[in-house]
Order: sequence, then C-alpha cells, then structure tokens
Amino acid sequence: MESTYNYKVVRQFGIMAVVWGIVGMLVGVLLAAQLIWPELNLAPWLSYGRLRPLHTNAVIFAFGGCALFSTSYYIVQRTCHARLFCGSLAAFTFWGWQAVIVLAAVTLPLGYTSAKEYAELEWPIDILITLVWVSYAVVFFGTLAKRKTPHIYVANWFFGAFILTVAVLHLVNSAEVPVTMWKSYSAYAGVQDAMIQWWYGHNAVGFFLTAGFLGMMYYFIPKQAERPVYSYRLSVVHFWALIFTYMWAGPHHLHYTALPDWAQSLGMVFSLILLAPSWGGMINGMMTLSGAWHKLRTDPILKFLVVSLSFYGMSTFEGPMMAIKTVNALSHYTDWTVGHVHSGALGWVGLVSIGSLYYLIPRVFGRTEMYSVKAITLHFWVATIGIVLYIAAMWIAGVMQGLMWRAMNDDGTLTYSFVESVKATYPYYMIRLLGGLLYFSGMLVMAWNIWKTVVGQRAYDAPIPAVQLATHHA
Amino acid sequence: MDILYLLIPMSVVLVFVIGAAFWWALRGGQFDDLEGPAHRILMDDDRGES
Repeated sequence: MESTYNYKVVRQFGIMAVVWGIVGMLVGVLLAAQLIWPELNLAPWLSYGRLRPLHTNAVIFAFGGCALFSTSYYIVQRTCHARLFCGSLAAFTFWGWQAVIVLAAVTLPLGYTSAKEYAELEWPIDILITLVWVSYAVVFFGTLAKRKTPHIYVANWFFGAFILTVAVLHLVNSAEVPVTMWKSYSAYAGVQDAMIQWWYGHNAVGFFLTAGFLGMMYYFIPKQAERPVYSYRLSVVHFWALIFTYMWAGPHHLHYTALPDWAQSLGMVFSLILLAPSWGGMINGMMTLSGAWHKLRTDPILKFLVVSLSFYGMSTFEGPMMAIKTVNALSHYTDWTVGHVHSGALGWVGLVSIGSLYYLIPRVFGRTEMYSVKAITLHFWVATIGIVLYIAAMWIAGVMQGLMWRAMNDDGTLTYSFVESVKATYPYYMIRLLGGLLYFSGMLVMAWNIWKTVVGQRAYDAPIPAVQLATHHA
Repeated sequence: MDILYLLIPMSVVLVFVIGAAFWWALRGGQFDDLEGPAHRILMDDDRGES
C-alpha cells in the first residue's frame, strides 16, 4: 500500500464536488427566480429565508470544500512523494464531511439555524465539523511530516494556512450555549457578536475562499501550462504577505453601524493593504503563461484557470474599493455586494475549482484526459458568459439602488420609496437569473463529461516514484 | 468593545505563531533555493495510465 498514492479519497471528494456544485447552484437559481416571482415560495421549507443559507453553505462548504479536500490531498501527496498519512482518518474526513453536508441540507430547510451568516449550522453539527477539521489537519500535516522531498512546495503552505485558520475561526465564532438539541445562542451579544461574526466572515473569505484556492492555482496552472510559476520567489512573498495582513479586514462589513468608528476605519485600511499581495499573486499566476500564451487558444482547462485569475484580480480590486467608507455609503446593502461576491465565487473560486477538477479527475481514474475536450470548451464559454451577465446586472442594479435610496428632494424628503427601487430592479433580476442558469447548465455539461470519463474505469492509484529527485539539501 | 480583549490578544498570538513558522522555514533552508522547486513539480509525471 505504501508504494502507491492514496487516490481513493481524492476521487471521492472530486466527484462529490461536482454533485454538490450542481445541488448548490440549482438552489441558487431557484432563489434568483423567487426574487422575481415571490409565488415560488411554495412551502415554508422552500422559502427564500431558509433556502438562502442552504445555497451559501452548499456552494461554499459542500462544492468548494470538497474541491479543496480533493485537490489538497492530491497536491500534498504528489509534491511530498508520500502517501497520505493515516488512510482511515482521511476516509473519516470524507464521510464526516458528507454527513455535515447532508445534516445541513436537512436542518436548514427545517428552519434550524444559529442565525450567524455562513455559520448557520446548529451546535451538534458544529461539533462534527470540528472533529472532521481536526482530522483533516492531522492527515494533511502528517503527510507533510513524512514527506520524502526536503522542500515544501508553496501550494502546501497555502493549504496549511487555510486549514489552521479555518479551525481557529470556526472555534471562536461558533462558541455558543446550547439550550436544546437543535437550539443554541451565541456566546457573544450585540455589537461584540457582530465584530466576531465579521472577523469570522471575512477571514472565511480570505482563508477558505482564497488561500486554499490559491494553493490550487499555484499547482494546477504550472502543471497544465507545463511552465514553472513565473516567480517562485514572488509566490513565497505572496503567501507571507497575505497571511500576515489578512486578519483585520472584517470590520468593513460593518461600516456605518454601531461598531466604533475607529474600528471601521481600521478595517478599511487593512482591506486596502490587501490589494498589494492579492495582485502580486494574480500577476504571478498570469505571467506563468508568458511564452505559452498560444496554449490558451486550444486548451480549455487553461482557459478556466487563467480566466479564474482575472476574476480574482477583479474582485480583489473591487473589494478594497468597496471597503472605502465613501464608496461603501453607496454600495452597502445593495445588489452590488451580491455582484461582488459572485464575481469572486463564480469567477474565481468556481472556475479555478472546475479547471483543477478537469485536470485531476482523468488522472485519478487512470486516464490521460477528459472524455470530451469540446465539452470543456463549451462549459467554459457557457460559464463565462453566465458570470458576465450575472455580475454586470448586479453592478448596474446595485449602483441604481444606492443612488435611488440616497436621492433627496429640495425639501429634504426622499425622492423614492424603497419599493420603487425594488420595482426598478426587476429587469436586472431577470438578467441575473439568465446568468445563473447558464452557469448552472455548464455544471450539467461537466457532470455528463465526467460520467463519460470515469464510467467503466478501474480505481487507479499511481505508484510513488522510488528514486527521489536530488537537491542540494539531500 | 470588550470583544477586543479577545480579538487583539488572539491576533498577537497568531502573529507570533506565523512568525515562528516563518523562522522555522527560513532556518530550515526552505527558501535557500527559490528556482528549483518551481521546476521540480513539472518533473513529476502524473499522467494517469491505462
């Protein structure tokens, strides 16, 4: 067993990432439709308020989470030339994480929620998450510890920081007092709770939705382009700069609230600082293609990976701008925020995961490439057009809402009532639904392509190379 | 803002943990060669076979 890599858990998480992606995005499409046709709130458990957290949990933790587990387990093994540490614990992370997802899919529609955004799951599920996450850390760091290569590749640093930070975030933010089996109250109250919530919320964006996916980026872009990363030195600087400066961006979610003004300004300054490491990493990934740009014309997997980086660049520019208090006065509570989130989620997180899975899945099923390259190209264009429609519609809708809400007559009364801004948003909700439908249908193409790739294939575990590559440390 | 009595010490501890990791990596020679590792992942042939 020790002579082969553990691909089983990589396969399991990889397939489930696609399955949960389809489920989560289908719920997203339903929510987009409910905003246009409220009569689609057919039953309490199908109502917007209960399905919205189901959508966010499904796409972030089920789709994104499974993609992160799958790719991190693959990368840590291939770059360390070592089989995963403790296979049974790795199997537990898979089944435990699926149990968390299924429990979320049952409890959220039933209305069980701790009412903390992106941490809605109730306390018994929080405990299960903690167990799975500690096991994940043991498996990951255990594999690093038994590595046969002296150097730890930069992607592993990003995954390691993601695993450790998410553990701290989850433990602190989910501190709660259980009252009954399915009801608990947060250990914090009022503005203290808000501060903890967004300390968690934004660092979850930074470490769950950025650091881990940067790990994918730093491995799969060089591998797919068959070029070393443009500057390995810059990738190391990118990592340390990002993790040293990330932690205090959260207060920008609480501009113009009861949070003390200085704390809001602190959050704004740290958000602006983040532009530098983010763009350093984005440029580093892009420039990896220098001298190989022609590959973009024919290789749809590379298209996915490179376009995901351009969305990373766009949303890490847009985010700091929106964190500036004067800009935030216009954008806060509007659909611009929704557009920004989806530029990052569909564009960056979604596309980089999809590109990585297209690279990964054939390899862990003993094939050299996906069943249909044309279908990957189709998926790329459908998804990209979907994102552009989605975010352009939300930008326009958001700025329009912000301007309508602040418009005043000469006598100091508001020009528009709130419902007038809702009515004006309908056309943009239609465009957003269309964009979401396109992105969702791309996932169906992916599912078909993956089915055709893996059906009839034997389980395949690649051998670990016997001779280690010499380095000057050895 | 009592919550800062939790958040600020926690940030300080984290910065020291990150600093220690950085120190360990630096002293352990992780950053002595900043060219080779980028090439080495490409020398790993991971094409599936069948």
